[in-house]
Amino acid sequence: MNTNCQECDAGITLESSTEVNEILVCPDCGVELEVTSLNPPALELAPMEEEDWGE
Amino acid sequence: MQNSLRIGVLYSRLRVEEKWIFAALDERGVTYDRIDDRNIQFDVDQPETWQGYDAVLVRSISYSRGLYAARMLNNWGIPTINAASVAEICGDKVATYAALAKAGVPQLRTKVAFTVESALEAIEELGYPVVLKPVVGSWGRLLAKVNDRDAAEAILEHKATLGSVQHSIFYIQEYLEKQGRDIRVMIIGDQAVAAIYRNSPHWITNTARGGSGEVLPLTPELEQISHAAAEAVGGGLLGVDLFEHPERGYVLNEINHTTEFNNAQPITGVNIADLAVDYILEVAKQSTLEAA
Repeated sequence: MNTNCQECDAGITLESSTEVNEILVCPDCGVELEVTSLNPPALELAPMEEEDWGE
Repeated sequence: MQNSLRIGVLYSRLRVEEKWIFAALDERGVTYDRIDDRNIQFDVDQPETWQGYDAVLVRSISYSRGLYAARMLNNWGIPTINAASVAEICGDKVATYAALAKAGVPQLRTKVAFTVESALEAIEELGYPVVLKPVVGSWGRLLAKVNDRDAAEAILEHKATLGSVQHSIFYIQEYLEKQGRDIRVMIIGDQAVAAIYRNSPHWITNTARGGSGEVLPLTPELEQISHAAAEAVGGGLLGVDLFEHPERGYVLNEINHTTEFNNAQPITGVNIADLAVDYILEVAKQSTLEAA
């Protein structure tokens, strides 16, 4: 499953175990990307970390 | 029985812990829904959408979203893991401090103040260095080690001027030289199931900031303090963080109610996700029995 980074357009291959809503890091520009669809493969910029995020 | 249960898993982003939990649910053939907290809404007059769940696992990455969702669900009698009352305590450092103090669980010396002047006084009473922590926050964000009065005055003024109202609730803790590590104990129900050292050369030890982990065998002493801490906040599926104090032994740092275990599971070899699913199903079964 091939797609592209929304920030820098680098080619990204999704592994077969990838799931929707998973976060990936673009190997070229380092931006965090959220998988929004598997078929067809689609990525969007992941939401920015907010003040109350954590565990 | 477990195949007739319906579980909701509320999340914000799919981390490896959620993937492991989904895999454990799939393996048992449990019916569950993945619920993205960006897409939900609650209507107090229409609980029906949610009442089909026997339990909801709250894994929201946002403290506020998770807390308010759990509150709504608990008000409708739907159990959440963890309960809203537990999230309320664990997500707020002052509430955690108070609950642990009430239960007699050892902690670092801590003071809470509401103005810059009283905070400065509290800092001077504790003695430098101290650590200022936001009351709500995680992953080591916005922690400040304050080494002297100049730094204290500057940081307090910045927090009071630039921060939200909540940043003027000053949480001040004695600084502990922790030999480059702290401890995370995973609690599921009433049992400590795994523990790791979290190593970092930085004074902030948090694997979210690049610290590494190392297996730590559970001892009765470690189990006892972790269990007491978990019980003090209401129990559930928790990550208990401890320091080793050279004179006072183990002291509690904080308790995480949507705990990450992406390090603890592979390092210890304990299938935490699987044990968590056992616990979730137990809570769900209990709720159906009570409803019957």
